[in-house]
Amino acid sequence: MMKYLKNVVTLQYEKTKCKGCKKCLDVCPSRVFGFIDKKAYIIDRNLCIECGACEKNCPHGALKVDSGVGCAAAQIYSLITGKEPTCGCDGEESSGCC
Amino acid sequence: MADCGCSSGTCCEEWVVGSVISPIGEIPKITGEWSKSDKMGQLKARILNSFRSDYKVEPGLYACGNPDNLSDVFVSANYKLSFDILRKEIGERDAWIVVLDTKGINVWCAAGKGTFGTDELISKIKELSLDRIVDSKKVIIPQLGAAGVSGHIVEKETGFKVIYGPVMAKDITTYIENGYKADEEMRSVPFSFKDRLVLIPMEVSLISEKVWLFIVGILIFFGLMPQGILFKEAFFEGGVFIVFGLLSVFSGAVLTPALLPFIPFRSFAIKGWLLGELCVVICLISIQSSLLDNYFIFLAICLFFPVVSSYLAFNFTGCSTYTSVSGVKKEMKLAIPLYIIASSLAGLCLILYKIQVWRSLL
Repeated sequence: MMKYLKNVVTLQYEKTKCKGCKKCLDVCPSRVFGFIDKKAYIIDRNLCIECGACEKNCPHGALKVDSGVGCAAAQIYSLITGKEPTCGCDGEESSGCC
Repeated sequence: MADCGCSSGTCCEEWVVGSVISPIGEIPKITGEWSKSDKMGQLKARILNSFRSDYKVEPGLYACGNPDNLSDVFVSANYKLSFDILRKEIGERDAWIVVLDTKGINVWCAAGKGTFGTDELISKIKELSLDRIVDSKKVIIPQLGAAGVSGHIVEKETGFKVIYGPVMAKDITTYIENGYKADEEMRSVPFSFKDRLVLIPMEVSLISEKVWLFIVGILIFFGLMPQGILFKEAFFEGGVFIVFGLLSVFSGAVLTPALLPFIPFRSFAIKGWLLGELCVVICLISIQSSLLDNYFIFLAICLFFPVVSSYLAFNFTGCSTYTSVSGVKKEMKLAIPLYIIASSLAGLCLILYKIQVWRSLL
């Protein structure tokens, strides 16, 4: 599996809040989470793509991540215009992603 | 439209083959078969941005096979390609499809933006009175929709349990056979050589709109002489620059994405710059032109074109399946200042070259 830059992701996990529902394991598209002793654990945080699925679907608020549009065109657009990052997927801008 | 009870427009669609009666009225019945125009649509959506931006289906409820109150409910985006792939995989199985209004955007991108989201799903479940149509009280969402949907909030608001299906619709049959369980493989996002190749035409098509500006600009710049615009200079000298320009587009938007895992470094900007510099060097060696003997021109080429390749490769982070927003921001902090410095120096070199040429003539 290809890996992106090391030690940049903002994923935070509070083990004490975990109730072991395994929702994070279901929704994570990057196999970040494992499960041991009735609780989730982070296998490799560098695999995280910050999509935010785990935070959205953790009913107990054990996971936090600053999710966002991980596309250079969108971020540069935001930097230049000061607007929300958008990558043209909605046809407003024509820089290409997704 | 009143004759089949479906929402506006869908009656005329080729893939609507009839209707089924449900407690909330007649629901358009669709086929899993792809017609010629569905296949053409898929091709065009991969290549033409203008076509892709307006490739939509009407949001709402659709029936596959002859579904009843015990059938599965699948949720999809209203980007037609997402919808087409889902109905193809469901085939003749009895099932319902709820299409959310994602403004014609695919599931993953729409989930990131929040249009494939908790609120939209809750409002569609309520609007369609889904509780009168199925007893199972569960909806199956593509796993990549999870970035926009809070399953537990949907359940609290509607009573419908959100179940996450596989990432790819092609795994739906296996997923159901496994008792609605997605295995490790089905839960990961593939990004193979083929997956990356499919994305390249759109990258190139989006850039080609800008390449024309570059070509015109270069022709004018090199053609501009004290006597006016000279075609010989424009085409012979400008031509050399245009070759380098096209090469850097090829390097950044085609070669780097295709060879991604084999290029050293994790940063996309560095990957693109490396390949760009390599392509430029190869080209400098193989092109015979007296223009390249000029020190300013040589510098401008070495500075500018690898940066173009780097920028285009960096943009591919939007297509990739394993990059994060924090990583992209970190790359930007280093890359953007370097892009600006390199481009400015290259521009300065070109101006100096032009001054040199004009002075020798005047």
